[in-house]
Amino acid sequence: MSRYFVDRNAKYLVFVCASTSFVILAAIAMFILEESIPAFQEVGFLRFVFGTEWRPTLGQFGMLPMIVGSLAVTAGAMVLAIPLGVGCAILLAEVAPHRVRQLLRPAVEVLVGIPSVVYGLVGMLLVVPVVREIGGTGYSVAAGALVLTAMVLPTIISISEDSIRAVPRRYKEGALALGATHWQTIWHVMIPAARSGIGAGIILGIGRAIGEAMAMIMVTGNAVLIPTSPLDPTRTMAGGIAVEINYASGIHQSALFGVGVVLFVVILAINSLAMVAMRRGQGA
Amino acid sequence: MPKMSAKATQTLARVFIWGSGIITVLILFLIVGYVLARGLPEFSFSFLFTAPQGGLSGEGGISTAIVTTIYLVILTVAILIVPGIGAAIYLAEYAKDNWLTRLIRYGVDTLAGVPSIVFGLFGFVIFVTALHFSFSLLSGALTLVCLLLPTLIRTSEEAIKAVPRSHREAALALGATRWQSIWHVVLPAALPGIVTGIILCIGRIVGETACLYVTMGGSSAMPTSLLSGGRTLSLHLFYLAMETTAFEKAMATAAVLILVILVVNTIVNWLSHRFQARMHGVG
Repeated sequence: MSRYFVDRNAKYLVFVCASTSFVILAAIAMFILEESIPAFQEVGFLRFVFGTEWRPTLGQFGMLPMIVGSLAVTAGAMVLAIPLGVGCAILLAEVAPHRVRQLLRPAVEVLVGIPSVVYGLVGMLLVVPVVREIGGTGYSVAAGALVLTAMVLPTIISISEDSIRAVPRRYKEGALALGATHWQTIWHVMIPAARSGIGAGIILGIGRAIGEAMAMIMVTGNAVLIPTSPLDPTRTMAGGIAVEINYASGIHQSALFGVGVVLFVVILAINSLAMVAMRRGQGA
Repeated sequence: MPKMSAKATQTLARVFIWGSGIITVLILFLIVGYVLARGLPEFSFSFLFTAPQGGLSGEGGISTAIVTTIYLVILTVAILIVPGIGAAIYLAEYAKDNWLTRLIRYGVDTLAGVPSIVFGLFGFVIFVTALHFSFSLLSGALTLVCLLLPTLIRTSEEAIKAVPRSHREAALALGATRWQSIWHVVLPAALPGIVTGIILCIGRIVGETACLYVTMGGSSAMPTSLLSGGRTLSLHLFYLAMETTAFEKAMATAAVLILVILVVNTIVNWLSHRFQARMHGVG
């Protein structure tokens, strides 16, 4: 084989490799949608999405409780994770001396790596009993939100830190030269300049929270009802799929793929939003 | 509310910022410390080297889960390497700034955010059902390949881009074709960075559950072929926690997982420091 022959064809080979991701993405969308069509036809799309009764044995498939469940745990987690994450990002990017940074950054990396079932297990044995002290069984929206807080923190921290670091030096120097304190500089100059990147980090954190399945199965109690208090049990979309898919068949299985379609569309929307925010951040 | 002086706000802000950092570290220490403190005492030779017995009390050890995890890691990485590194080479070396490249990048970026359970549904339809691989190691590995492609592509692309231009120019000046310069010069120089990416993927494989829960079946028997089902350590932990009362064994399994992640992170940090130092040294 001549080396020129190899040179010419290698280009096409690596192009095929590069296209794989897009092909897989398209295939996921196509096959999940196809599997879900029977359920959408049987139940009707609107009744499927906005119905409040999920009773597979009676043929009732309304997924609204799972949508509310996903939103509730995610919102709860964000209330805690956004201030913590942004605070930690400011610490890493601006305030902490070198040695503290060298301790904190590996800590954040370990948080990323811990498997979701380990978060779930610690949640079951540590968080759920604490919530039970306040009321209910402990398996609840609150427990889910607390576990998710720890899981999304590293996403928010690392992306926010990068974007605060990317703020041009002259912004900071300008503010300090005008007599602003360090905190005034951070709050009135650096954070506004980095807001797109921080926003992207938060949006990606939301995406991660909504997609989490196993840890949520382990701590939320999995009851399919619309929670009225943080102490009520709930079931998320991702968790709902995982709980039932292994024994579902026929229209029930199709309905679970329907939940998958909704989840997939939500995640696509969230990711597009994050990409737009990220690009705006780079343009600034 | 009276307006606070700049100095008072500064003090308050300092408390908030340091507080966030301390809480984050505390969360980590709480999780790692709790798991190791409760899990490590359960460790014994027999725990690591006997098979799970099943049942409500979750008797037995984790030997088959360890073996299944190792098989799955080897199988997944073997399938993942060619498309992952190939795509990285294309994006770093060949891709022009046009709509096609943007489409490919959109695919990689979007795939990276798709939840594990959605990959599970996909693997269930394609590999388990349509291709008749049933609930097996092979179905699990192929699903993981789809899930991990973006991770390997991104890290490898970074590594390839970090190789100084002068390397390529020197090779081309000596009469090498473009591919020869990539294969014999750029890839060897980028290897530590690429290996870092592969090790990161191994960490993800060990920790992944949702997509495997719907593609691997969860049998606790020793796998005998590519088509036998099985459970990895993470899956085993999940079954122990949800279906048995053996929380101590679940904790011990979690301790194994945490140790794996700590080792993975240490290797990744060490490798990437060396890689960066070397690239700056010659650049």
